[in-house]
Amino acid sequence: MNDMHAASTSAPLLTLDKVTFRHRGQTLLQNISLTLSSQGSTIVMGPNGAGKSLLMRICHGLLTPTSGRLHWHDTGGRPPRQAMVFQRPVMLRRSAIANVTYALAVQGTCWRDRKPLAREALERFGLTDVAHRPARVLSGGEQQRLALARAWALRPAVLFLDEPTSALDPAAIKAVEDAVTDFGRVGTRIIMNTHDISQAKRLGDDVLFLCQGRVVEHNNAESFFLAPRTRDASAFVRGELVW
Amino acid sequence: MTTGRLLSALTGLGLALAVTTQASANEEEQFITLASTTSTEQSGLFEAILPQFEEKTGIEVRVVAVGTGQAFELARRGDADSLLVHDTTGEKAFVEEGYATERQPVMYNDFVLIGPADDPADIANAESVEDAFSRIADTEAPFASRGDDSGTNRAELRLWEAAGVEPGGEWYRELGSGMGPTLNTAAGMDAYVMSDRATWVAFDNRQDLDILFDGDEALFNQYGSLLLSEERHPDLKHDLAQQWHEWLISEAGQQAIAEYELDGEQLFFPNADAD
Amino acid sequence: MLSEDNAFITALQLILSLDQTLVGIVSLSMQVSLTAVLIASVLGLPLGAAVALWRFPGRGLVIVVLNAFMGLPPVVAGLVVYLLLSRAGPLGELGLLFTPSAMVIAQVLLILPIIAALTRQHTEERWEEYREQLTSFRVSRLRSIPTLLWDARFALMTVILAGFGRASAEVGAVMIVGGNIDGVTRVMTTAIVLETNKGDLPLALGLGLILLLLVALINAGAFLISEEAKRRLG
Repeated sequence: MNDMHAASTSAPLLTLDKVTFRHRGQTLLQNISLTLSSQGSTIVMGPNGAGKSLLMRICHGLLTPTSGRLHWHDTGGRPPRQAMVFQRPVMLRRSAIANVTYALAVQGTCWRDRKPLAREALERFGLTDVAHRPARVLSGGEQQRLALARAWALRPAVLFLDEPTSALDPAAIKAVEDAVTDFGRVGTRIIMNTHDISQAKRLGDDVLFLCQGRVVEHNNAESFFLAPRTRDASAFVRGELVW
Repeated sequence: MTTGRLLSALTGLGLALAVTTQASANEEEQFITLASTTSTEQSGLFEAILPQFEEKTGIEVRVVAVGTGQAFELARRGDADSLLVHDTTGEKAFVEEGYATERQPVMYNDFVLIGPADDPADIANAESVEDAFSRIADTEAPFASRGDDSGTNRAELRLWEAAGVEPGGEWYRELGSGMGPTLNTAAGMDAYVMSDRATWVAFDNRQDLDILFDGDEALFNQYGSLLLSEERHPDLKHDLAQQWHEWLISEAGQQAIAEYELDGEQLFFPNADAD
Repeated sequence: MLSEDNAFITALQLILSLDQTLVGIVSLSMQVSLTAVLIASVLGLPLGAAVALWRFPGRGLVIVVLNAFMGLPPVVAGLVVYLLLSRAGPLGELGLLFTPSAMVIAQVLLILPIIAALTRQHTEERWEEYREQLTSFRVSRLRSIPTLLWDARFALMTVILAGFGRASAEVGAVMIVGGNIDGVTRVMTTAIVLETNKGDLPLALGLGLILLLLVALINAGAFLISEEAKRRLG
């Protein structure tokens, strides 16, 4: 049998212990226990309504589980520095560069360093020309790149991405995927939701497969796509509807 | 950035304004607050005589012009230093209740009966004011009453009583307004109305209205100045108020009142020696 | 007889002659209303944003009360402030009755609910949009208040102008607590009432036109500033 998952190959980062999330009487996540390693990129997959976005929000601390707990390992229980890029980027009503300096300001970056850091991040994502344009008039692709630049400036140890390319055209998708690779190259831990199997193959080191609020399979990406261990996962990989 | 700068400039401006407002309110001037009636204010009398008093004593008189009922209430609560009203009965009661220590007659003007020039109730030929009021009630011609417990309103109600009429019905319209608004309304609906002469002379929007009846002694409108009780409200500016009270009934004050004319007509007649 | 021409000519004459009394009345009007707007904004903007951000027991009641108080009749606000500031009232010691300060207090009472209630509505819309992102940035609720206010700034400019409009237009409250004292607490609206009472309708209307003109000028200024800012910042 294959090794359970990639997580065990390096030091653990985050452990979820029997995490359950209920909302209005419905159990949306049930008894999720898993451990994520401190390196690489995890792709969270599964059919609509499987609880992918919920799980990500719980890991990122936007939602509190109804029961169960999270444990961050090497930071002594305290969450490491992290950022999240949403499906639809949330742009503050200010210029592109001000969106980045704001994030730096609330993170406590000294005001003298904010502008240079922001400029560097914008340049890296090809946004120098639009730095002083209002963020909300940028195109969808530019906005998502700005969201990534904003995350970049924060130097996160962990980056969550919630279907960051689902509303973008192919060129913009390419830019986002390149950015994700860049993040990985500097050692940022990536946790990303996507519906796109080929994207998952390109970017993922391991895959977390969710179905109906449960973790059905957690496997390294290669094995998951070649030889899924579960019936649901193999149906999903073949492109069938999983229920 | 520009917006930021503009906003801070606006904030600064606002603060500066707040400070100036505060400063002008705090300036230590000698002044008293006088609760008085709309008739004295609107006729322009105060504008004529207050500067003379201020020049002599250095005391500014700030006039809050309200109905007589409200003026009594202001004084009762200690919100005015002095009181100049026209309701002899009420004034005497005010002294008896202990809110004022002294009442002095100051001057009088008179009430006039005003109505549409064609005079449907024919009050121009009435023999007395009681007769005039009876004629209005008999013909049920529209009559606009202040209905605001002012000195004029109280005087009007006493006259109805003297005429043996209990006013009411569709023709009798209680407006609950000051003299000016009541005249405006009366002009709009061609109603009879009782006004003090001073307000009427100073009033511009007369339309079809005219004085139809005047001169009856029962229409005399006596103004009195009250010295408020130090016991009730020790914090008031009693010294300054007393100077004002005494000036009003002094020769200089009485002369200032007599000299005030509007459109060549003397409106107030000093009579500090009455009673 | 009254005619509009008459009022326009009167207004024009008043403006051109720069009548000292008029200048005093106009500047007092503006001082009182701008001060009231400033104070009400300093209190109302954060208050409205706080109600938008925090969920607490009785929050619904607070919102209903704020909304209801937007319709507070000026006379009632005036009466409440009068009873507070009257010598016989709890704050009588301060001796503020019949001063411009009393008028400012009454106007703050009138427009604070407007500014707070409308701010609550606008910032709550922003908060729904920003909540996840700001939480992701680990921005505290307290720190979110200035963020939301700044990001709702164009809508809030209109809110503040609405407050200013109500403050400068109301007469019931300032009449009671100011007393319409010549040269001390007489403002545009109370002067208009006085002239109406004297039956000098052209003068009253002329003053009304001047008041309208001033309010229009201030609105135009605010409009230009916000258009310029919008052009630059979006």
